[in-house]
Amino acid sequence: MGPNARSEKHTTTMELLRFTTAGSVDDGKSTLIGRLLYDSKSIFEDQMEAVKQSSERKGLQHVDLSLLTDGLRSEREQGITIDVAYRYFATPKRKFIIADTPGHIQYTRNMVTGASTANLALVLIDVRKGVVEQTCRHSFIASLLKIPHIIVCVNKMDLVDYSEEAFNKVVEQYEAFAAKIDVKDIRFVPMSALAGDNVVNDSENMPWYKGESLLHTLETIHIASDENHSDARFPVQTVIRPHADEYHDYRGYAGRIAGGIFKPGDKITVLPSGLTSVIKSIDTYSGPVEEAFAPMSVSITLEDDIDVSRGDMIVKDDSEPQVSQDLDAMICWMATRGPRPGAKYHLKTTTREVMSIIKEVYYKLDINTLEKQEENTDIKMNEMVKIRLRTTQPVVFDEYRKNRITGSLILVDESTNETVAAGTFL
Amino acid sequence: MHKYYLTHLQELESEAIYIIREVVAQFDRPAILFSGGKDSIVVTHLAKKAFWPAKIPMPLIHIDTGHNFPETMEFRDKLVENLGVQLIVGSVQESIDKGRAVEESGINASRNELQIVTLLDSIESHKIDAAIGGARRDEEKARAKERFFSHRDEFGQWDPKNQRPELWNIFNGRKRMGEHFRVFPISNWTEMDIWNYILQENIAIPSLYFAHQRDAVYRDNTWLPASEFLQLREGETIENKLMRFRTLGDITITGGIESDADTLEKIVAEVSATRSTERGNRSDDKRSDTSMEDRKKQGYF
Repeated sequence: MGPNARSEKHTTTMELLRFTTAGSVDDGKSTLIGRLLYDSKSIFEDQMEAVKQSSERKGLQHVDLSLLTDGLRSEREQGITIDVAYRYFATPKRKFIIADTPGHIQYTRNMVTGASTANLALVLIDVRKGVVEQTCRHSFIASLLKIPHIIVCVNKMDLVDYSEEAFNKVVEQYEAFAAKIDVKDIRFVPMSALAGDNVVNDSENMPWYKGESLLHTLETIHIASDENHSDARFPVQTVIRPHADEYHDYRGYAGRIAGGIFKPGDKITVLPSGLTSVIKSIDTYSGPVEEAFAPMSVSITLEDDIDVSRGDMIVKDDSEPQVSQDLDAMICWMATRGPRPGAKYHLKTTTREVMSIIKEVYYKLDINTLEKQEENTDIKMNEMVKIRLRTTQPVVFDEYRKNRITGSLILVDESTNETVAAGTFL
Repeated sequence: MHKYYLTHLQELESEAIYIIREVVAQFDRPAILFSGGKDSIVVTHLAKKAFWPAKIPMPLIHIDTGHNFPETMEFRDKLVENLGVQLIVGSVQESIDKGRAVEESGINASRNELQIVTLLDSIESHKIDAAIGGARRDEEKARAKERFFSHRDEFGQWDPKNQRPELWNIFNGRKRMGEHFRVFPISNWTEMDIWNYILQENIAIPSLYFAHQRDAVYRDNTWLPASEFLQLREGETIENKLMRFRTLGDITITGGIESDADTLEKIVAEVSATRSTERGNRSDDKRSDTSMEDRKKQGYF
């Protein structure tokens, strides 16, 4: 990257890539992120100066880049990342949002949170240690949350003399493990985040590696086809009624397209009511559009005056989602206290909200081995559990693996209003 | 399939519109916190797009410190008239007169912290249950941990260690009576995104953002504008400078930079080449490492 890497003047074709990282200080995660930010000129001089001064005050040998975003008093006191930290950088090709999460098992819920919106996961492996528990945990979560791409960063190559053999050993080890997970696109990059090999610039120390640097891969990996463009889904957020003479009869259904492609003239069904109509127009402030796809925010008008309101889903006739009051889901429990017996939860999915109870706990999933535990089923924080839910009203949904938006849910405690669980429909 | 993708600005816009619509759908009495700065102007522009052809279905709230740039006030009044929305003004001077807030004294006195009292009073007296703000996560490290939907207790306070997890695009706006939410639709935008978007959409912004001649004094690495509230310290002199502002706030704490960028194109070029953060010119953030977190906990936005 040249000195003008941060110039984002030509933005008309820039895409957005969201990726997640997990790990602890010693596997070089902060160094790697710091290098991506610093080499792409996304850290400002006054930020760098402040971090340098704070590091010196703490008596650290090197500049601790985690101080850039570990901004909360308690995090700075304890020297740990408690919460998901979002960091931003851009190159002329793409804008990146990093959801940086702590890798320890007690922060599984943060990893799940970071993974929920990511297109890609960076998995860091210390080449000297190979695949460890934390590697598996992070990869499992990426797989469960259906992140389409994983880049395995085989780090600290400088400490093994940039040995191809050492790299290949880790690749083999990871591939053997990866047979258990469901991620289509897995790539490996040998690197030294500390020395800068293959992070932004190609390494001169590893001529045997014919692939691209990490940043080059992040800039060019194909993500446009990750959205589901075949099953048309439009959860209605609110109804726009202008009450003005000019738009007297205007009734626009506002929402963000969650999948597929909609066009004026398309025959649609409203779920769960089952009422049908035809799309009259798809409107935006800049004018009507000929077609709309995920993740566009638009307003849809229909030919017929039928009952449509928040929580309904407009779908096309060629592929309908499921509608049910009995739902199987894999959830991650996020509250410090487990579920109370017989507790009721607001189940939120897309724009729909219904009351629910946990009917059955099938099994817990060991997040390190993916083994099912059917005996002990009292749910604790950070655990992944397969459950059955019963709801008061029908829920409109897809399997999570078909659509990450219409396939996801959260549970909100009726009495505390806390978000206690996040889940995926099976 | 290649044609079905959005540029990063289109995706950020779509995300923000989705969140603003969620606020209107989930809350009874939402409002937009309008400072007259570029971020709240962008949020207001996004709200206009979100509900078109209807008007923005909520009022704007402006917390008036009494130490304003006259240009900001003119801009605010014109924008409100064009949008046809209600404007609620919370006056810090009134809070002081009523004894709700006490004016700071001393050489660094500012009304920045006093805004918190007026803001919380305005939220309470107008029964606002969701206040939409233009804060961004890239601005400041305490804001980097902020949620899109950020819960405030009955005292208007933020508890950063006990925030609700936020996944996918599902936002939990449930609350008890007396509690409220702050909502930040442009959390994922950077300063660069804001400027590129203003350029792309040709959004009107106050003239203060463009290079202009102005009397100012150099203090703490920034050019503080001369005003009736500015007291010169020993050795300081007023100079006339070609300058502009990167952020806008209370006139007593907002410093400018020397610049000849007098068009949006030139500002975008200048921002993309700059090597320091925009809040580096804000003396309110320099009080300590965690001054933003401390103010946010009390109810600052």
